[in-house]
Amino acid sequence: MKELIQKLVATASPSGYEGRVRDVIKAEVQPYATSIEVDALGNLIVTKGKKSTKGKRVMISAHMDEIGLIATHIDKKGFVRFTNMGFLYARNCMAAHVTFLNGSRGVVNGDALEDSSKLHSLDQLFIDVGATSREDCPVKVGDVGVFERPLIDLGKRVISKALDDRIGCVLMIETIKQIKESPNELLFVFTTQEEVATRGATTAAYRVDPDLGLAVDVTRTGDVPTGKMEVDLGNGPAIKVKDSGMIADPRIVRWMTDTALKNHIPYQMEVLEGGTTDARAIQMARAGVPSGCLSIPTRYIHSPAEMIDMDDVDNSLKLLVHLLGDTIEID
Amino acid sequence: MTQKTLTIGSEQLSLLEKLSNAVGVSGDEGEIRKIIFAELESVADEIKVDALGNVLVTLLARTGKQPMRVMLDAHMDEVGFMIVADEGEGLYSFVTVGGGIDERQLPGKPVVVGREHLPGVIGAKPIHLTEHDELNSNIPLSGLRIDLGPGGAGKVKVGDYATFAAEFMQIGPSLRGKALDDRLGVATLIELVKHAPENVTLLVSFTVQEEIGGRGAKVAAFTFNPDLAIAVDSTPAFDLPREDGEENTVYNCCLGKGPAIYISDIGTISDPRLIRFLVQTAESHKIPYQFRQPGSGGTNAGSIHKSQAGIPSVSVSIPGRYAHTASLMSVTSDWQNTLLLLHAVLENLTPSILASDRD
Repeated sequence: MKELIQKLVATASPSGYEGRVRDVIKAEVQPYATSIEVDALGNLIVTKGKKSTKGKRVMISAHMDEIGLIATHIDKKGFVRFTNMGFLYARNCMAAHVTFLNGSRGVVNGDALEDSSKLHSLDQLFIDVGATSREDCPVKVGDVGVFERPLIDLGKRVISKALDDRIGCVLMIETIKQIKESPNELLFVFTTQEEVATRGATTAAYRVDPDLGLAVDVTRTGDVPTGKMEVDLGNGPAIKVKDSGMIADPRIVRWMTDTALKNHIPYQMEVLEGGTTDARAIQMARAGVPSGCLSIPTRYIHSPAEMIDMDDVDNSLKLLVHLLGDTIEID
Repeated sequence: MTQKTLTIGSEQLSLLEKLSNAVGVSGDEGEIRKIIFAELESVADEIKVDALGNVLVTLLARTGKQPMRVMLDAHMDEVGFMIVADEGEGLYSFVTVGGGIDERQLPGKPVVVGREHLPGVIGAKPIHLTEHDELNSNIPLSGLRIDLGPGGAGKVKVGDYATFAAEFMQIGPSLRGKALDDRLGVATLIELVKHAPENVTLLVSFTVQEEIGGRGAKVAAFTFNPDLAIAVDSTPAFDLPREDGEENTVYNCCLGKGPAIYISDIGTISDPRLIRFLVQTAESHKIPYQFRQPGSGGTNAGSIHKSQAGIPSVSVSIPGRYAHTASLMSVTSDWQNTLLLLHAVLENLTPSILASDRD
């Protein structure tokens, strides 16, 4: 599975420009899918199986996009000013390496500040792509880019950019591969533009019109110095009860915890105070959809170095396969 | 259609004047609706008003078997004020309507209030009586009143709207008016309906309540459910030199450099296929264009592209200095070039533009 993680995180695909990672995912799932579609907003909709009399039509969602940046101005000396695509912490940008989708690479630095104890704001940062003038700058206004940083394999744990939410994509791909028979019609949607307010999932959920929805995304942990959240890395998949955009359907929460208990899969409950996932968009689609979220505990989210635990990944996969492969009783 | 018919002449300017001087604060767009109906009722295949007050115009393609269904949107509403209390003596307290009116702009500004357009002024304390310390702070909205004059008691009611009293002017190559955001867009779409290419079906929405969160466009897009959409709006130009002489890197866009094409704003990441098509069309027709700097701010595309199963969308704006004040300033050439670009885009649209995946 690490090989697939490596492949997905190394593919640059910021919000709105998910085409590259979509191609990688498409190639992975093609042999296992009943049908594959790409919609107007670029969502990849992979259908597996048909709804049986005892089955449900389920939308499972993981987002393809990663936090990125976009060039706003090239100054006369060839420095690139930029702004965020998705929630980008300015403090995580300083000295970061950046790759643009057009192939240009560079490093972030900032304006000289009068008070050196202050942090730069995003508009005080620039990217140096090695140009000497506006004319020879290989980046133009509107070009998009992402952090560039290799994955570090620590054995049980892995550090990389874009684990949010390529790890969710990996889990969906593996679930598609592992589930052979299911009474349910499974619509795996690899969504776009989650990081800019779950836009892809909004339109995909309208189109799919599912009986229930399940997002697969990362969540924070509290097991770091001064951390304050009751989710730990390595303690199993987190079953979301609530975040700042959604209260998970209690029936979905129960279905998830019951399935974990029955199959001896460790899990933890999640209450996330800031942030939300595609599950919010699915829940609010059309006349409303019972929805929940399986979260992969992740440290340092939205930085170029996010950390996950492979035990959590393995247990998340087990849980997903059981959740979706068996008859779903939530009524 | 030849370019000649799409020239901004006296007819177009007088329509813009009428539109800019009309009062249509968010939620009270009736005056603008009336002008649009008068202009388009005889031209449109269908024209109707929906539940929220949007004017929805359909102009069917005249050629082709399966013409593309293209939504063009411009918002009718402008930012303004609403009376919240009658304090007697012709004095009224008020709030702002529409995201982003800079309250520092308000003291001393003439306004018109209510359906009767009663003249008033947002009073300011005269400098003669102002204490030295007061000069260092801004007057909060709660300290400002609309004054209809001593005879004005009881003349307007709580809930009545008000807006800046600022007559439209043409100043050489420039245009100035209180509501060019987005009456320039409205005037542009009226022209396009009158001179529509025959190959596409136009679904034109003149929308309400854009300035308070793209509300009208949300339901208009649901009704039309088009193949693609273009929002036509006004965007701030801050193309002025910096005081410290350093390079201005946050101008948003510039007057005179042509229509501003959106790549990404707070509400929309434009469809890359449409950006490319707009750019190619501009270049092949030798129409000047610029990119609006990616960043905050937004248009109705933010509502439209998320409608139903998703609508490929892009925005094009006419640059304007001093947006959301009493005097927005644009230049005629940008308006002209926006009109030409949009017309050329419609004329050359084919389904092949959307045949490949989004990016």
